[in-house]
Amino acid sequence: MNQAYDISHFLAGMMLVASFALIYQERLLAVLRTFALQAVVLALAVAWQAWVQDRPHLFVTAVLALGLKGVVIPIALHRMIFRLGIHRDVEQVVGAGLTMLIGLGLTALSLLLILKATAAAPSLAREGLAIALAIVLLGLLMMITRRNAVTQIIGFMSMENGLILGSTGARGMPFVVEISVAFSVLIALFVFAVFVFRIRERFDSVDVSELDRVRGDRQ
Amino acid sequence: MSFWVYAVIVLPFASAAILVVLPGYRLGALFNVAASFATLLAGLNLLRLEHAVGDYLIVDDVNIVFIVLNTLVGFTAAWFSASYIGHEIETGRITPLSVRFYHAMYQAMMGAMHLALLADNIGLLWVGLELATLITVVMVGLYRTPEAIEAAWKYFILGSVGISLAFFGTILAYLAGQAALGEGLPAMSWHLLHANADRLDVALLNLAFVFLLIGYGTKVGLAPLHAWLPDAHSEGPTPISAVLSGLLLNVALYALLRFKMLIAANPLAMRPGPILIVMGLVSLIFAALMLYQRRDIKRLFAYSSIEHMGLITFAFGMGGPLANFAGLLHMTMHSLTKSGIFFAVGHVAQAKGTQRIADIRGLSVTHPGLAIGLGLGVLAIAGLPPFGVFMSEFLILTTTFARAPWLALLPALGLLLAFGALLLRLQGMLFGAPNMPAHPVKASSFPLIAHLALVLIAGLYLPDALIAWFQRAAELLG
Repeated sequence: MNQAYDISHFLAGMMLVASFALIYQERLLAVLRTFALQAVVLALAVAWQAWVQDRPHLFVTAVLALGLKGVVIPIALHRMIFRLGIHRDVEQVVGAGLTMLIGLGLTALSLLLILKATAAAPSLAREGLAIALAIVLLGLLMMITRRNAVTQIIGFMSMENGLILGSTGARGMPFVVEISVAFSVLIALFVFAVFVFRIRERFDSVDVSELDRVRGDRQ
Repeated sequence: MSFWVYAVIVLPFASAAILVVLPGYRLGALFNVAASFATLLAGLNLLRLEHAVGDYLIVDDVNIVFIVLNTLVGFTAAWFSASYIGHEIETGRITPLSVRFYHAMYQAMMGAMHLALLADNIGLLWVGLELATLITVVMVGLYRTPEAIEAAWKYFILGSVGISLAFFGTILAYLAGQAALGEGLPAMSWHLLHANADRLDVALLNLAFVFLLIGYGTKVGLAPLHAWLPDAHSEGPTPISAVLSGLLLNVALYALLRFKMLIAANPLAMRPGPILIVMGLVSLIFAALMLYQRRDIKRLFAYSSIEHMGLITFAFGMGGPLANFAGLLHMTMHSLTKSGIFFAVGHVAQAKGTQRIADIRGLSVTHPGLAIGLGLGVLAIAGLPPFGVFMSEFLILTTTFARAPWLALLPALGLLLAFGALLLRLQGMLFGAPNMPAHPVKASSFPLIAHLALVLIAGLYLPDALIAWFQRAAELLG
């Protein structure tokens, strides 16, 4: 049983490291690659859970994570980035050091919060859940600190990675939910695609700060 | 599980599929109204059902209130939309193709909301609400103006943050149930969780409620998580603003209430009341102050929605049969009145060709009928008798006063502030010299009249059956 703990914690930890890398990475293509890496690790983590918990249908979620978030979406975004001609773009992350510190704080917070609240729960679920929450919060942080529409999308999907990790770690959580998560990712992609193209259409840029000039009550 | 329960969910989705392939926007609009009417009939049929619990769905007194309200406003808003959308095509704001898309999305959104309302499985509840939100995001961006895209983007980002936190809360709630009900489906079934509430894991339940409160609270539009709401209301098509304010906020509140019932049924868990009271009051007073600075008519009423959702949350936070009764009544009255106001605002925007309050002058001269409709709607939402909103606000304040006299001062202050702001703006729009070209109004005024009439009748006389029904729901809410 110890092996099960070690491997699932190792994989969850790798996802967390990828989340930190996403926060400070400035080059657009590198962000995309880091996200793809996180999705692949997620697929491995979910597959491992499917094996350990003996719930074969979780393999479907693993395959979805690998195929969709590890391959299809990164390739689609990659193409989009090249077509928009922003592949060389360097997005200055404002206060990278401070953001990392906040990220560390959030991770510590989620560990404290979950480990304290789940004292009675089986331990495999506890640590997995704590790391999942940390990944969700780091994704949130990324969405807040980034100004570029593409990196905000990646922040959102990284958050979804955390959610899937958390829901597969919860033993026996019904399959309905996993389908729904995968489904929501599909819908999310659809929505994103629409937005990115529309934003492109209007501003010749995917920088969200362009949108800020129309904020608030029209004068 | 009765046939009608499935019909309420399946009818809208099936209609959405048909609307995708139906050519011509006039035919699509007619079909949209017909489908909404059929759903309304199916929803009314649920009234004959007492209680029903299936594997994934549940019908009890609490959600019947929401379903009937949802199908009713869904029908009147579809009626309004049918007469409204033609004008939008004529002025070239949208193409016939995107109208076809719009009608299909409208039905899919209704179906998703009904799924959320009838779900017994807390995962399914989340799926329904998430789906409805994503669809409204697309609808808000329908006009493709920079403002609309910005509003939809903001709505999307904040909405998805909310929905992610709510999902995490759902996982935690499942884990809390796992301790008592074992692995698998039972631990996600709301009625089983509720029946075994005292055996749930308390620490996990508390944590789950906090996440769900922030997650679903974002969708209710509670301050400080409300930033998406005014933009989404002001930039989307007006029928969607009416549905957002009148229905989607309620559905999100309903999700929150389900979990409030869970946590209230566990004697060891934290009391949800104080948090709800504080969030409700902050939203109420903040939104009332914000009303004074609004320049856009739809943003004005969007802030008014935040104010009223705050008051409703406050009432449910107070808890107890009487405050819950008042909260449910106020929610119903607010839905009817606010969607009615948005219908009137849609007329005004088409008549004047603008949403800027400063450019809307002298409606009473150019469009007397419309001025009366808008005026009555605003007086009703501001809480003047004899409208139903007055009665529900009065009930909320008196029950609070009976239990905590000092606490009652805060909502009273908020309501007075909002009252002043709304009358100030209304006076400017109705009276004075007309200053803009005025076009005749083509959209149907039936939905507006129907809503105002319902709110007026409710203010004068509530049938005993309705009162008994609300009381049962209020008892259940704890």
